[in-house]
Amino acid sequence: MENINILLPEIILFSGICIVLMAGVFFNNSFNLVVKLSTLVLLSVVYSIISDWGSGPEIFLKSFISDKFSDYFKILILISSLFIFFSSDQFIKDNKLNKFEYHVVIMFSILGMFFMLSSNDLILFYLGLELQSLALYVLAAIDRDNTISSEAGIKYFVLSALSSGLLLYGCSLLYGFTGSTNFEEISISLTSQNTGAVFAMVFILVGLAFKVSAVPFHMWTPDVYQGAPTSITNFFAVVPKAVGLAVIIRFMDLPFKNILEEWQTIIIFISIASMILGSVAAIGQKNIKRLLAYSSISHMGYALAGVATGSTLGYTATIIYITIYVIMNLGTFGCLYLMKIDGKYTEKIEDLSGLSKQKPLYAFSFLILFFSLAGIPPLGGFFAKFFIFMSVIESKLYALAIIGLLTTVISAFYYLKIIKTIYFDDTTVKFDDIGNLSIKATILLSCLILSLFFIFPSFLTLFLEGLFT
Amino acid sequence: MDFPILSAIIFLPFLGALFIFLSGHKDENKSAIYIALFTSIANFLLTLFLWQSFDKSYSGFQFIEEKNWISGFIKFKLGIDGISTLFIVLTAFITPICIVSCINSVKKRLNEFLIAILILETFILGVFCSLDLIVFYLFFEAGLIPMFLIIGVWGGPRRIYSAYKFFLFTLLGSVLMLAAIIFIYWSIGTTDYTEIYKIKIPQEYQYILWLAFFSSFAVKTPMWPVHTWLPDAHVEAPTAGSVILAAILLKMAGYGFIRFSLGMFPIASDFFTPLVFTLSIIAIIYTSLVALMQEDLKKLIAYSSVAHMGFVTLGIFTFNKQGIEGSMFQMISHGIISAALFLCVGVLYDRTSSRMIKNFGGVVNYLPNFSFIFIIFVLGALGLPGTTGFVGEFLVLIGAFKSNYLVAILASTGVVLCAAYMLWMAKRVVFGDTNKTTISSLKDINYLESSVLIILCLATIIFGFYPEPLLNTMDVSVTGIINNHNNELAIKLTNNN
Repeated sequence: MENINILLPEIILFSGICIVLMAGVFFNNSFNLVVKLSTLVLLSVVYSIISDWGSGPEIFLKSFISDKFSDYFKILILISSLFIFFSSDQFIKDNKLNKFEYHVVIMFSILGMFFMLSSNDLILFYLGLELQSLALYVLAAIDRDNTISSEAGIKYFVLSALSSGLLLYGCSLLYGFTGSTNFEEISISLTSQNTGAVFAMVFILVGLAFKVSAVPFHMWTPDVYQGAPTSITNFFAVVPKAVGLAVIIRFMDLPFKNILEEWQTIIIFISIASMILGSVAAIGQKNIKRLLAYSSISHMGYALAGVATGSTLGYTATIIYITIYVIMNLGTFGCLYLMKIDGKYTEKIEDLSGLSKQKPLYAFSFLILFFSLAGIPPLGGFFAKFFIFMSVIESKLYALAIIGLLTTVISAFYYLKIIKTIYFDDTTVKFDDIGNLSIKATILLSCLILSLFFIFPSFLTLFLEGLFT
Repeated sequence: MDFPILSAIIFLPFLGALFIFLSGHKDENKSAIYIALFTSIANFLLTLFLWQSFDKSYSGFQFIEEKNWISGFIKFKLGIDGISTLFIVLTAFITPICIVSCINSVKKRLNEFLIAILILETFILGVFCSLDLIVFYLFFEAGLIPMFLIIGVWGGPRRIYSAYKFFLFTLLGSVLMLAAIIFIYWSIGTTDYTEIYKIKIPQEYQYILWLAFFSSFAVKTPMWPVHTWLPDAHVEAPTAGSVILAAILLKMAGYGFIRFSLGMFPIASDFFTPLVFTLSIIAIIYTSLVALMQEDLKKLIAYSSVAHMGFVTLGIFTFNKQGIEGSMFQMISHGIISAALFLCVGVLYDRTSSRMIKNFGGVVNYLPNFSFIFIIFVLGALGLPGTTGFVGEFLVLIGAFKSNYLVAILASTGVVLCAAYMLWMAKRVVFGDTNKTTISSLKDINYLESSVLIILCLATIIFGFYPEPLLNTMDVSVTGIINNHNNELAIKLTNNN
């Protein structure tokens, strides 16, 4: 009898989802109940992971693994999802999205991500990925009366299905050339002499790059970010990105370990392309969600630069980067939930003009968040970039480092544009007062972490030590 | 030393800012001014105490503080020597003056302005105290945020353009320095300045690293041809912002040249001397000529700043004692005099809302006290003996003559040109006919303004006649840097033979 305890978080999550679904179906006006129940479910999953932290062994013919690495990311996505639940509550109700399916579908996608993170086998990995993607298609189109949202959903579905197909094709090639679906066995038989397997690696990378919206597979990002309701965009910007990067690291560190030189070139290219396109294309944007889409593309470029090093230091830097990225995005989207004029939510950057006179504290949080996104010291975003460039220069990838540093200057330009709108412009638009405590708490927490990060910048590094052995 | 005095000096202004932020006073009752003034003056007294207890005969770093920071990589290390002490005192001296100057001139969002100034002071002091390259970079870059806001929120009509230009120019210069710093970490194993000083950076890396640091400091100095952000920033910034920018922010670059370029890359510094000399001479002559044609008072002083900083970079790269001490002195002198000149322009601007030279004339008839002080600073700026300006330029020129005749002669023409534009400006503004009714209705400076200007005036004249306390403080440290430089060159020569 195998130790089923390792699967406990997934079991709790799945049975929790079923209970929430039941509750949603059988009670009328069940939204508030569903929110409370799902919070409870996620919290108990957090507890079950922490109480059994990094409990090594693989089960089910070594196809499922629960190590510190997967546990760290599970905790990260659970906590960020909880914050998204809290901070988007008001927004969901105001936009009449308060159907019980909303949280159920989000939790199904989280379940899929859990399996992606814990998979040690191509088949399990693909199943997890599909579960996650199916839930995400629904989420993108959840505001179904809104044509833009439906369009975003269709767009995301078509492109994502294509990329999943490519990924599956890569998986089948990999199985054909190495004779196994298990990551460890693949890593043993996969060498650079095995040309067919290298071919398969490219297909898998394309599929994964699509999930983290790295250039040139980024086309869906701006449309989906803009089209989906802000609360869903918040989820899209944070959770699948973190998981996508984690999976990329898992693939590079395990099955593709021996063909580092082959995939390194590809990742470097993707990273540079994302940094440049993300920075340049964001300059002309007038919609803040679209701008954040391009900003997230360039952030993925920096995170992938850490992966490109192929070193433990680089992987750690990427994990630190994605963690700080998650914190910054939770805060930034928290600010977006407050952009409400005359009872309507707005997404136009120009509507922020003169905000600093009307709501100094709200404006100040924007200031911290955007300077942090731009990577200006002494804020948290600087340290994220610092660790990345530390690892990149250690691996002697100087061109990547220089291009990365120069694109930070370009991207500083559009972040400054928002600061300029908030602080320098004179016209004032009257924002509604939203007294929602959970939004404010999210913003406050995020700003505090980012601005006090310099006091103890190594708490993440200490925490992540021993993640890769 | 048990009490962490450097940390106290760095973070005291920050605490003041936090206090203003949390106390939430209304702008109208101006109580925030007293908090800001109190913290900055207390900080100035602390730095005076630091200067007084500083051991001037010891060439190494003193008051060293060390803490684990980024574990496994970097330590948070602070410490000062004779060079940084003077800049710390200068910074703490200028900040209260800025705060006094904004009592009447800042019309909106006074609290936020004071917070920005105090936080900026924290970052600048951090730059001068830090002994680790990463810590240095952190403070060096962090200063951009408050300065960007000061220009952008409280500036003039073209403030947005100027703020962007300031921010992006400086950031572009600095990111290469970050790459260089990380490279130093991986090739030497530390970013601790004192360790690097002992281990020495291999010669083959020095050239490229020097250029990376140069790109950052040259923008900040600013040297020709990347000086164009400075006139824009000065013209649009509010008076207090201009004062901080000219008096302290530009000095971070000169400090960086002496401390890092000379200290860490002696061979490369020697190699690139012709480049620095050329750029400095162009800066001195070209920007002086440009200054002659300016119609805006602030722009004129901004261009004169570029010319004066040209003297500074020239002096630093002469690698002799007179040159470097002259540069140091020139920076402090420029810090005091340019601050005073911007304050004087601020006085005129507060009264007339104009900075155009053609709108003034015969000011001396109606503002005699102001004109008297203004002329003293004009004479100080053009280097009249008896003012600090003379000591600095004189020492730099001596140093330059020692190292290169041609450069020294060309630089000397800059002194003449400086006298030309300064005196011509003074003639058009202060003297001449009063045919404008706007001038005749003006009131002379009040007690507040005159007390600030008189303090600066005293500093200019006292250190002009008796520069010893300043020279004495930096002497041993400068000698140490020069000796290190000469030793390295000697080693390189023997290796080549």
